[in-house]
Amino acid sequence: MSTSYREIVNNGLWTNNQALVALLGLCPLLATSNTAVNGLGLGLATTLVLVLSNTTVSLIRNLVRPEVRLPVFVLVIASFVTAVELSMNAWFHDLYKILGIFIPLIVTNCAIIGRAEAFASKNTVPKAALDGLMMGLGFASVLFTLGATRELIGQGTLFSGAHLMFGEMARSWTIEIANYKGVLLAILPPGAFIGLGSLIAVKNWIDKSRKERARKETAVTDEGEMAAT
Amino acid sequence: MSRNILVSALILGLFGFIGATLVAVTEFGTHDRILENERQALLQQLYEIVPRERVDNDMLAHPLTVSAQEALGQESSLVYVGEKDGQLSAMVFQSTVPDGYSGPIRLLVGVDRNGVLLGTRVIAHKETPGLGDKIEKEKSDWILGFKGKSLTDPKLDRWKVKKDGGDFDQFTGATVTPRAVVNGIRRVLLYFDKQKDALYKEYLEKAKTNP
Repeated sequence: MSTSYREIVNNGLWTNNQALVALLGLCPLLATSNTAVNGLGLGLATTLVLVLSNTTVSLIRNLVRPEVRLPVFVLVIASFVTAVELSMNAWFHDLYKILGIFIPLIVTNCAIIGRAEAFASKNTVPKAALDGLMMGLGFASVLFTLGATRELIGQGTLFSGAHLMFGEMARSWTIEIANYKGVLLAILPPGAFIGLGSLIAVKNWIDKSRKERARKETAVTDEGEMAAT
Repeated sequence: MSRNILVSALILGLFGFIGATLVAVTEFGTHDRILENERQALLQQLYEIVPRERVDNDMLAHPLTVSAQEALGQESSLVYVGEKDGQLSAMVFQSTVPDGYSGPIRLLVGVDRNGVLLGTRVIAHKETPGLGDKIEKEKSDWILGFKGKSLTDPKLDRWKVKKDGGDFDQFTGATVTPRAVVNGIRRVLLYFDKQKDALYKEYLEKAKTNP
């Protein structure tokens, strides 16, 4: 059983989205999605670790015996996260100050060991790397959307704090709704659950209406064939 | 069978070794840089509070470790001393305010020789985004308003938020956070007033013994 590249992209971004479908990595997802910039930051860091760990796991997949594979994966992931954290602290200190608290949280993200076990350990290196990238981007886009929604509803701004990640020129990116005080609930933890629930509902609704349309189309062609016979 | 177990154990051990090596090498390669980054970041914070022209010593060279749970909120806190022309010109206190809305708030409070506030910054906090986080300089100008205040301006019994009958603004929807910060700064000022001579003496001895 081999998955095509196209399927890998589809799975990662939509069909098997780690946050909306697999519901993995909820702890960091809910904790850091209070602004768009925070969400994007954690999303990108997670993507980086996913690509690195998927690639490594795929490289060593024939070397590691099945009975010790899980502890080996955990070792690989934990080492990478620590190395990434140290390197960011050394070379991107300002960025690290913003994302610093999120990075150790990446280890707790089950999506990463999940992809190592379910995909990377059974597939070639390019496919595993692409899977890591797509799963990561899928996760990051949910984090970003949730963060942007909560920030907008909760405090009436968008991209606040962007300069902490993109430098001084990003200071002007912040959009503010005038005379809007914000709904505190959206920023607090319950807002994260309500927001994620709504995103899942929207995704399911889109899937359902797509399926319905497809069914109608097939029904129409069926009738056409019946009439012809 | 036992051979399989042995091989598995060896593989696991090998990866443990590789992982530890990776982390150790990264640590080794980044250690000095990280320390230097942290030092620069701290210096930047200090100079944001204490203008550069006010001091001519290295404020990070001889930090004092003081134990003042009541006044500074922690069993041991650091105090940085600034000198100019061989005289005390500024002190910056690390202060932890325990009674924030959601946990402790960490502050840097800078005072000049006469007990006038040079400035205050929030270093770390967990206050509610959009409400209590206005204590950050990035989010609002509120924290800048302390510059120039002292125990005589306003008078000690006015060192409170307005809601408690004092002189300092609270934010709409958040009183606990500003109250905690105002009280925390007041405690630092009182501590400085009582201890400044002892602290400066301690600094001088420390600077003399290991220059």
